[in-house]
Amino acid sequence: MARPATPPAEATPARRALTPSRYRLVGRRRETDDTFTLRLTPIDQPLAAARPGQFHMLTAFGIGEAAISVSGLASPAVDHTVRAVGAVTRALCGLPIGGVVGVRGPFGTHWATEELDGSDVVVIAGGIGLAPLREAVRALIAREGGGGGRLSVVVGARAPDQLLYEEDLWRWREAGAHVRATVDSAPPGWTGAVGLVTTLLDAVPFDPARAAALVCGPEVMIRVVAAALVDRGVAASAIRVSLERNMQCGGGLCGHCQLGPLLLCRDGPVVPYGGRVARLLQERER
Amino acid sequence: MPDTIAQLIAALPILEGLNAEEVEQVAGCSRNVALEAGQLLFTEGSRADACYLVRRGRVAIELHVPGRGGLVIDSVETGDVVGWSWLFPPYRWVFDGRAVAPVGAVAIDAACLRAKAEADPAFGYRLVQRFAAQMMRHLQSTQLRLLDVYGDGSAGHATG
Repeated sequence: MARPATPPAEATPARRALTPSRYRLVGRRRETDDTFTLRLTPIDQPLAAARPGQFHMLTAFGIGEAAISVSGLASPAVDHTVRAVGAVTRALCGLPIGGVVGVRGPFGTHWATEELDGSDVVVIAGGIGLAPLREAVRALIAREGGGGGRLSVVVGARAPDQLLYEEDLWRWREAGAHVRATVDSAPPGWTGAVGLVTTLLDAVPFDPARAAALVCGPEVMIRVVAAALVDRGVAASAIRVSLERNMQCGGGLCGHCQLGPLLLCRDGPVVPYGGRVARLLQERER
Repeated sequence: MPDTIAQLIAALPILEGLNAEEVEQVAGCSRNVALEAGQLLFTEGSRADACYLVRRGRVAIELHVPGRGGLVIDSVETGDVVGWSWLFPPYRWVFDGRAVAPVGAVAIDAACLRAKAEADPAFGYRLVQRFAAQMMRHLQSTQLRLLDVYGDGSAGHATG
């Protein structure tokens, strides 16, 4: 007796969220020795537009999947800045132009820059943490008349040749943002700042009473920066941070990205620093 | 626009909270200096006979490494202090200090200030408190940089 045909899988939202869409690699720009910005365009039906701060799950077919922040939106194209540090990210960065990447998402919370009109906004990024903030800065620069507030961008990197998006930094400066960069150490001839990002905060123009801060980078840096901002009078509730954990499913199902009661792929990555998150970041996880 | 050295000094964050008499004490040991970009304030091994309060510009703290040149290990920004070696024997600079942009600074004669601090321990304590706070900030910055947080592959969200 012939077996009945398997009914076609229903394209439920949950199934769609777990099934990669095919995107084609149409551009690759080297940012540093091991970091590349990949431009992808949809082959299948485009995914919903991402918001600044959200991430996609990118599949290197045959290798695996990794959570990568959206670093540029040029609909229908989307940029991701990827640091080649593991098998998946190395495969993504090494893909030839025209190659196919699987994309799921967008996932997670976003920077909600539209809520920041009238605020002095201080954006602080460390290392590749500038990637998820790039579109937020662009959106803030596009605020009409600055939305009544000033914009400052403070960037930290390991060394001058590790600074991301140098052209953007110049462009943002020309657009009126107060942009500062600092590195951990520098070769001869470097005339920029050397030191932790917090050492530049005193030179940044903002009124703590109406300031908002967006922070992304290594978690140690986030803790130190957030504390320094609070010390300068910025309300903890006005600080938003983007936190990294081991994102696997992207939909709050697997629990790999848990931080206390939060599932960061769903409840984050962008979360308010005040209250619960500040306490969670002080906990000594194993 | 401040026009006396005391007014210049009083406006600097490092000396915030000193009373007018104490500011005058510091001013009595001070002079205004201007440096061109590239000019050295001091060099490794030379006598640390002054400290510099940066009013504008940036000073790079460098260490010469054979075959690599003057590596920049720290920088001092507007409002900060260049140099602590003048405070402690043997009063000798450990690094080079170079203006990397036009710098306006107040140079304080170290022997003069040390003598005043020794003569008036309460003033000396308040002075050292302020310099020690700067030293602590730079030390903490250095300790955190030793972690190399940007270089360990986990720097930044969702970049696995």
